[in-house]
Amino acid sequence: MANLLEVQQATKQFGSFTALKDVSIQVPKGSIFGLLGPNGAGKTTLIRIINQITLPDQGSVYLDNELLHPQHIKDIGYLPEERGLYKSMKVGEQALYLAQLKGLSKSEAKERLKYWFDKFDITDWWNKKIQELSKGMAQKVQFIVTVLHKPKLLIFDEPFSGFDPINANVIKDEILQLRDEGATVIFSTHRMESVEELCDHMALINKSKKILDGKVTDIKKAFKTNTFEVGVLTENNNDLYKNLQDNFDITPANFKTIDDQLKVKITLNDDTSSNELLQYLSNKGQIMRFNEVIPTVNEIFIKTITDNE
Amino acid sequence: MSNLKLIIKREFIARVRNKTFIVMTFLSPLIVVGMISLITWLATVNNDEIHKVAFFDETGFFNTSFKDSNDINYINYSHLTLNDAKDSVVIKKLDGLLYVPKIVNTKELAKSIQFYADEVPNVTTLNKLEKIIGDELTNHNFKEKGLDLHLIKEAKTEVNIQIQNFLGKKTSKMSSYIKMIFGGLAGYLLMMFIIIYGNMVMRSVIEEKSNRIIEIIISSVKPMELMMGKILGTSFAGILQFFIWVVLGSILLTVGLLFFNIDLDQNNIQEALNTIQKTQGGMMANAAEFLIEIKGLPLGTLVLSFLVYFIGGYFLYSSIYAAIGAAVDNETDSQQFMLPVILPLMLGIYVGFFSVIENPHGTVSTIFSMIPLTSPIVMLMRIPFGVRWWEVLISICLLIASIVFITWLAGRIYRVGILMYGKKITYKELFKWMKY
Repeated sequence: MANLLEVQQATKQFGSFTALKDVSIQVPKGSIFGLLGPNGAGKTTLIRIINQITLPDQGSVYLDNELLHPQHIKDIGYLPEERGLYKSMKVGEQALYLAQLKGLSKSEAKERLKYWFDKFDITDWWNKKIQELSKGMAQKVQFIVTVLHKPKLLIFDEPFSGFDPINANVIKDEILQLRDEGATVIFSTHRMESVEELCDHMALINKSKKILDGKVTDIKKAFKTNTFEVGVLTENNNDLYKNLQDNFDITPANFKTIDDQLKVKITLNDDTSSNELLQYLSNKGQIMRFNEVIPTVNEIFIKTITDNE
Repeated sequence: MSNLKLIIKREFIARVRNKTFIVMTFLSPLIVVGMISLITWLATVNNDEIHKVAFFDETGFFNTSFKDSNDINYINYSHLTLNDAKDSVVIKKLDGLLYVPKIVNTKELAKSIQFYADEVPNVTTLNKLEKIIGDELTNHNFKEKGLDLHLIKEAKTEVNIQIQNFLGKKTSKMSSYIKMIFGGLAGYLLMMFIIIYGNMVMRSVIEEKSNRIIEIIISSVKPMELMMGKILGTSFAGILQFFIWVVLGSILLTVGLLFFNIDLDQNNIQEALNTIQKTQGGMMANAAEFLIEIKGLPLGTLVLSFLVYFIGGYFLYSSIYAAIGAAVDNETDSQQFMLPVILPLMLGIYVGFFSVIENPHGTVSTIFSMIPLTSPIVMLMRIPFGVRWWEVLISICLLIASIVFITWLAGRIYRVGILMYGKKITYKELFKWMKY
């Protein structure tokens, strides 16, 4: 799969503070790419470099195999984390203005805005001022303005903050649909569950350096420890526990059941297969649960950052 | 439409639609004209007041000297005793009693005349009294020395030096005044424009920053474009506002003057006629001279240089205002950075009003008309007096160079500042931003 966006060895220094150090990422076309990292790691700086708001001291950015140039602004839609609108301007006028800044003609912008306003059922907001709308309402307008010019690359910085769960879902579905229509999406967020749900690629930035990146499934594979969560129904749980303790590397597990099972996590070494474990357990009692423990993005995030300290 | 045009349009509309802007546009001329009318009216009322002065003359010199005028009425109490006269003044609530003691020597007498009053009389009244007494005593002295008063009057000569430069061009004191007025008005107008609309640019930058819309905008347009659009859009709104002020102001002033003129005329018609008779058509001559002088000014050069310095000065300062707006989070914080803006403006105005008017081509005036931050104001004030073309050229070149430099510098501060929140900014910090 070709990459829509490639950042090569981007470095940015603010005085004596290094905001970004040799960061490279590849964002495949049509993917949803999670850009993760703790506060102040340099995510926003990287996004601003992609948006040509900030120029990197070193390194280069390619969009669609072309070195980034000012015209590319029209190919990118950016929803910043710190976002707002003109308080005293009417919603419609404001949306038209922002759309025209992105290169749409007035009539085109009007037409597309009508489509989106209908879609979100907010047509009667057109002549309202932003100060009359709630925060969530204003966020919807901002979302529309971000995607209106049908950019190849969409960058969302914490897109769900300020939305109630229902509207967050609406936005999530819209993002997925835009992806299906061919857009590539970069997500910067702290909400790991949305990364888990949406992203197929990710990069982790900490203290201005990239410390992890790749396909989410590959990363998970690399992070899994060959551990299985097991629930066995026996007559004597203690006997089995001791037995397992002698033969395997085990830790207690915690999941909800309706009967009194032995619940453990078993980590296998390289020369034992899961089938062998399954066979071993089936002789001891009735197997109620047997599944591989796959690390969540959240766990990967925390582990990588802590190991990196 | 290009982005710059879009930004200019938006800024213009945003300024013009602002409620304060609308109110100020229509209220300011009313307030100004109202003030002028009020002052005129108060002056008329003041003039209407007639002072009543009694005199007690023991010498008999002044029996016929004190004639009622439109602001002072005289009452002769010479037939009473001094004490009765004083009592009468108090009882009748007159303004005071002038007491001329019986002294034959005029020099002695001049020093011994007294004025009794509860309150200190106003200077005008006192001056008039002194003039009447002085004239009378002088005439008395002339007569005593056997001089003919008519001959003395005829011998009096009035001098009016005609000024002419080496090319044979005539000027006069009148022309100096006109030049002063032209220059002063232009300089003052520029300062007001910079302060009012520079502040507007700054507020608009702060608004975008505190609205958090800035990052959305900046992902579509270059910061420099945004800054320029703001400055231009605001200046167009300013020009419109100024235009409305001028039109409304002149209409109101005409109406107001017409309204008050009737009053003025009735009161002062006699005096005005007197003055005209006295100066034998001098006023007409003055008016004609005034028009000739205005015609004689290099109007084309004036207008052209006014435009150049006005636009240049405004751009120079408003980009500084924009940078300040970008550096702070709210208007209160902007105060600490106001000094570098206000100081050169004030300096320009003071140098203009004190140094240029005193000596338009002196060292101080020349230097300050070269320094870019003060040159727009000082040079505007100097130009009506005729500045050598190469001085203007140097000054304009310096101005343009500094506009390019300052705008570039302001642009750098702006670019960094608009994305910076919650930081207390110092000059040191600003200096660092320039290098980012």
